[in-house]
Amino acid sequence: MATTSAIDVVMPQMGVSVSEGTITKWLKQEGEPIEADESLLEISTDKVDTEVPSPGSGIVQQILVQEGETVEVGTKLAVIAPAGAEAPAAEAAPAAQEPPAPATQEAAAEAEAPSSSEGETPVPEAAPPEAAPAPAPPAPAPVAADDSNGGGEKTFISPVVARIASEHGVDVNQVSGTGRGGRVTKKDILGFVESGGAAEQPEPQEQAAPAAPETPAPPETPAAPAAPAPAEPEPAPAPAAPAAPAPPAPASTAPAQPEAEPGESYEPMTAMRRGIAEHMRRSLDTSAHVTSAIEVDMSRVVAIRKKLKAEYQKSYGVNPTYLAFVARATVDTLRDYPWINGELRGDQIVTRNYVNLGFAVELADGKGLIVPVVRHTEGLNLLGMARAISEIAQRARDKKLLPDDVQGGTFTITNPGGYGTFHGTPVISQPQAAILGTYAVVKRPWVIQDDRGEDVIAIRPIMNLTLTYDHRLVDGALAGRFLRDLREKLESWDETKY
Amino acid sequence: MTYLQAISDGLRQEMRRDKRVFVIGEDVGVYGGAFKVTLGFQEEFGPWRVIDAPLSETAIVGGCTGAAIMGMRPVAEMQFADFISCAWDHLVTVAAKQRWRAGTPVPITVRLPSGGGFSGGPFHSQNPESSFAHIPGLKVICPATPEDAKGLLATAIQDPNPCLYFEHKHLYRRLKAEVPEERYETPFGKARVHREGEDVSVITWGAMVHTADEAAQQLEGDDISVEIVDLRTLIPWDKQAVLASVSKTSKVVVLHEDTLTGGFGGEIAATIAEEAFEELDAPLKRIAAPDTPVPFSPVLEKAYIPQVEEVVAGIKEVAEY
Repeated sequence: MATTSAIDVVMPQMGVSVSEGTITKWLKQEGEPIEADESLLEISTDKVDTEVPSPGSGIVQQILVQEGETVEVGTKLAVIAPAGAEAPAAEAAPAAQEPPAPATQEAAAEAEAPSSSEGETPVPEAAPPEAAPAPAPPAPAPVAADDSNGGGEKTFISPVVARIASEHGVDVNQVSGTGRGGRVTKKDILGFVESGGAAEQPEPQEQAAPAAPETPAPPETPAAPAAPAPAEPEPAPAPAAPAAPAPPAPASTAPAQPEAEPGESYEPMTAMRRGIAEHMRRSLDTSAHVTSAIEVDMSRVVAIRKKLKAEYQKSYGVNPTYLAFVARATVDTLRDYPWINGELRGDQIVTRNYVNLGFAVELADGKGLIVPVVRHTEGLNLLGMARAISEIAQRARDKKLLPDDVQGGTFTITNPGGYGTFHGTPVISQPQAAILGTYAVVKRPWVIQDDRGEDVIAIRPIMNLTLTYDHRLVDGALAGRFLRDLREKLESWDETKY
Repeated sequence: MTYLQAISDGLRQEMRRDKRVFVIGEDVGVYGGAFKVTLGFQEEFGPWRVIDAPLSETAIVGGCTGAAIMGMRPVAEMQFADFISCAWDHLVTVAAKQRWRAGTPVPITVRLPSGGGFSGGPFHSQNPESSFAHIPGLKVICPATPEDAKGLLATAIQDPNPCLYFEHKHLYRRLKAEVPEERYETPFGKARVHREGEDVSVITWGAMVHTADEAAQQLEGDDISVEIVDLRTLIPWDKQAVLASVSKTSKVVVLHEDTLTGGFGGEIAATIAEEAFEELDAPLKRIAAPDTPVPFSPVLEKAYIPQVEEVVAGIKEVAEY
């Protein structure tokens, strides 16, 4: 799109269930020139941290949402004016966006005025069919087939209405239609835009939802992410121990903000932390968690790895980590245990002919964890697996993950062994059925049989593996057999096979 | 001044100022033409410039083509536009292509009394403009007002290409308006916004401009504001004006008296779909005559030619979409 008029930059939709994001950093300031697709800002959502590219070339005319603020998807974040042109601030002006900085709960509530009775309503389904101008909260999903239009009828969106909607960032479902069958006509949408519907739309949202960085989330905020989709893959669990005593979901936090006790200090929860907290709680509330553990003699893997390491490094620049070996053997084992790679969906058991493998990746400074997914790992050999893990972990740390990179996992591996822990009880990444924990490889005195069939004590590298599974679907015996087979594959690693 | 007088005046002015202009047709001389457009012309300009032709459209247009090639500016009159099919070969095969074939301009004007509304039946009521709009090299002119009738005729006579000038018989004496005394040319390819409106654009030409206008007046009561674009010439046609009106209202009715299938309205509709798709807020509607010959019976003819009520209903349908 040629930049002839001011372009709005809005909070992007980073994944289906994501309804809000936090601005972590503006990479351009007001007045600076920017090229189309050049990174404009960094945002953090409960799924990914990422950079947002500029939708057009020009000058950053106005930044409407400051760093640290959390806003709904679709909220106008900035205005890019065409280069050279002194773009009239007309569009931006009425959107006098900057939310009243102090934002006490009351202030936010007041600002939300037009629909205070709906204060509690989670965003997406609201859409009242009545009065057009009442700026109903925008559903996060774009126009198309959202049936939030009153009676749930899908009405035709004409070409001109679609164009105006996209130009003004209006969700057509929020405009009440006067055309045939309630269709939104050009007049309807122009009236909506002129009445300020489009510009103001994000405003109440912005104030109502995020509760600003200072305050830990008013009730409706967590409701939004929680409500939409329990049947949806989400990022997953931290290493169990820290996660287990998960703080009560912020939803239950009293709206009143208590003073910090002497010696305490407050730190606002990031979007990611809120997402993790919500997910951990929900997972424990959903699945019947049980953990089984097994000890694996890694002698053979250690030996093979030693041999392959130099070769892989030299030829491919890839490190064949223990994790890659475990992952490869796990994928192979899962083929025989489809339920462990499955899911309970309603009263159906879902199994798959593929394994999308999630890997828990710790982000720098212990401030978060994300579970990027490597898709179709059943098609990867050891080298491919090692490369995929290293690549996706790097992208996670560089905040270069795309929304799809964190969705659709069917099984997860978490690897807290790097710090020497030898056991844990991870939390399952919903809606999966199980999660494998891998722990430190430790040299242990190990009883083996010598050539003559007599017991001797040898020094062997031993690794503990845990399988935490949803006991609703996976019985203990099944989990035990899975771990036995996995151990067998690792202990008798067949180089020719992988 | 009536529409017919405006044509007559315009023609007389051209003949007075340009000696290359002559008139030829059936009964145009002594009788003054079937509709009296050239009444008194032979007295003023003499029988060599106002020629009574034999009953042969082929001969009339063929003769005009030759004269034009030799440097004259003939104005042929078909007694009824319907008869022009006899001259198809000269017009389409020779006149329209001469410029491409030999580089010679063929500045002929063929006056075509067209349209129905007076029980003239299938051979005296047609609007064959779209047949000729399809032929590269011909220009197609369809004035809707006395002022345009005069100005467009002057432009046609001076234009170096064969021009088909469709004058609507129904408007001849029914339509009266102020027309400038002096000579003037109305440019081709420039539409006229007959009526400004906000809700629905009616794209039309010729007599249907007035049908649309009556419909628009009725629709005022329903709070539907109709914009009427009078194309004035079909070849060339004013795409920009049409697209501008479409952008404004986003709802379009294309109205013509000619039959529907293959009518010029289809060309307009296609262009709007191609170039203004993102401006549309409703399906485009064509209102035209059914694909049959024009009936004699007054009752059937009324059912055939788009009437005000039909146009009102069509506009309403689009407006309410």
